[in-house]
Amino acid sequence: MKKTLVSILLSLVGIVLVLGLWSAISAKIAPDLPSPSKTWEDSALYVTKPWEKRGEMDQGIGLMTAYSLLRVAKGFALALLIGTPLGFLLGSSPLFFRMFDPTIQILRPISPLAWLPLGLILFRQSEPAALFTIALCSMWPTVVNTMQGVRAIPQDYHNVAKVLRLSPWRKFTKIMLPATLPFMFSGYRLSLGIAWLVIVAAEMLTGTPGVGGFLWQEYNSLIYSHILLCILTIGIVGFFLDRLMGFAEARLRAV
Amino acid sequence: MSFLSLTNIAKSFGPRSILHNINLSLAEGEFVSIVGASASGKTTLVKIASGLIQPDSGTVTVGGQSVAGFVAEAGMVFQNYSLLPWLSALENVRLAVEPAFPQWTKAQHTAQAIKYLEMVGLGKAVRKTPAQLSGGMRQRVAIARAFAAEPRILFLDEPFGALDALTRATLQQELATLCGAAGRPVTTLMITNSVEEAILLSDRIHALGRGPGATLSPGFTVELSRPRSAGLLMHDTEAVSLRHRLAEFLTSGAIAPALVKEVA
Ligand SMILES: Nc1ncnc2c1ncn2[C@@H]1O[C@H](COP(=O)(O)OP(=O)(O)O)[C@@H](O)[C@H]1O
Ligand SMILES: [Mg+2]
Repeated sequence: MKKTLVSILLSLVGIVLVLGLWSAISAKIAPDLPSPSKTWEDSALYVTKPWEKRGEMDQGIGLMTAYSLLRVAKGFALALLIGTPLGFLLGSSPLFFRMFDPTIQILRPISPLAWLPLGLILFRQSEPAALFTIALCSMWPTVVNTMQGVRAIPQDYHNVAKVLRLSPWRKFTKIMLPATLPFMFSGYRLSLGIAWLVIVAAEMLTGTPGVGGFLWQEYNSLIYSHILLCILTIGIVGFFLDRLMGFAEARLRAV
Repeated sequence: MSFLSLTNIAKSFGPRSILHNINLSLAEGEFVSIVGASASGKTTLVKIASGLIQPDSGTVTVGGQSVAGFVAEAGMVFQNYSLLPWLSALENVRLAVEPAFPQWTKAQHTAQAIKYLEMVGLGKAVRKTPAQLSGGMRQRVAIARAFAAEPRILFLDEPFGALDALTRATLQQELATLCGAAGRPVTTLMITNSVEEAILLSDRIHALGRGPGATLSPGFTVELSRPRSAGLLMHDTEAVSLRHRLAEFLTSGAIAPALVKEVA
């Protein structure tokens, strides 16, 4: 109890220090950088009326976040739908692994900025291109973790399946899947983090409404306070998403 | 005559020879134990006998047919229980019942699983997961799982190895009762590191020498009427002499071929 109080106090001290540094930089070094108080003044309308829609690219921060979250949810779902079975295949078949591992290692480090134009060429529309990019960039941790989870299944469990004469489907649902679940969730958590990282790039380049799209538009309109508003929003939402997945993961491990 | 038989089995892992020239044969309904020190290759032997792993050379046959994959209508109790931690005791046992009796209904599967859990004294713990059970209770679930499929052959790999002496004694008696109550011949191959346990349960006992390249001693027939109690075994002259002969065998280090001949 006392310990948590102390850590809350300490993190508040940290936040105050960073705000102080931010004020100092905007006052002394970079006059173009809005100070914390200026940022708040300019952003208050967006924060206090988060669900207000004044125009296509002029909406409350709640709405903007919701658009981005929905887009991330779709891209992330696509990543899981493709990444999980792929991880199972790679983990259970050495042949499949040897065939596709090099390709995956090459695809893994490609930036969203590189995938997006390809998505636009393929789909000719910004929304599917954004989903394509989010899915392609975020699915790798899911693939790799699921694969490692399948590989980590003890030989004993494979023997149990043989001794009990489980059908392949029963072996999958009763042994493979539950044994791999914690690994899968670690992958999902990392994938969600990446999906949220990618959203900004995707919305910037496609100009769709959302926190990333708003950020880019306000940069072009020279309203720098709103860039900071978006950055803070992205950070806070990302933090909560990670906490949420961490919570789900802990629940799974406790079983 | 011989139902399960191993002929000239050899097995190495890499350059290490584990088993060498193993010959063993079990009649239908016979209970045979193999006693040996740890790391002598007992688990490897029972895995080969059950078809879970292939020997480098030699053959395993059941009812005259050579074995490919895990032996049909056989059950196994693993050294480390190998229960699935995400399933309850009931679900663990039912998982074995379902494929063994595919024509049954779900209710019949459940009833069979509960029946065997009750036989090992776990009627009240059927909903518990392995993590909520003590070591002895987990071992009981593993035994119920093996028996509930009503196998014709049972492979038991140190079924009580991880238990304290008291629990061990109780479970030994329960196993003897279960085997007696099956109402059909169950051919059993048990691995153990306890000479007393082997004498208590078996018709015949072999000792496995220390590796590398461990070989099997000739069989020691246990001429004691059933039911046998642990107390009786301490005093019965036949049992005491058998224990001495086996202990001598096991403590004499590697079973030298000369020694094997002498005892035989
Ligand atoms: N799959 C394997 N690969 C390599 N070595 C193994 C393998 N399985 C068992 N061994 C080795 O073979 C020896 C005998 O093992 P095991 O049959 O488990 O002995 P026991 O059951 O008598 O304790 C041990 O030294 C063990 O390390
Ligand atoms: Mg062993």
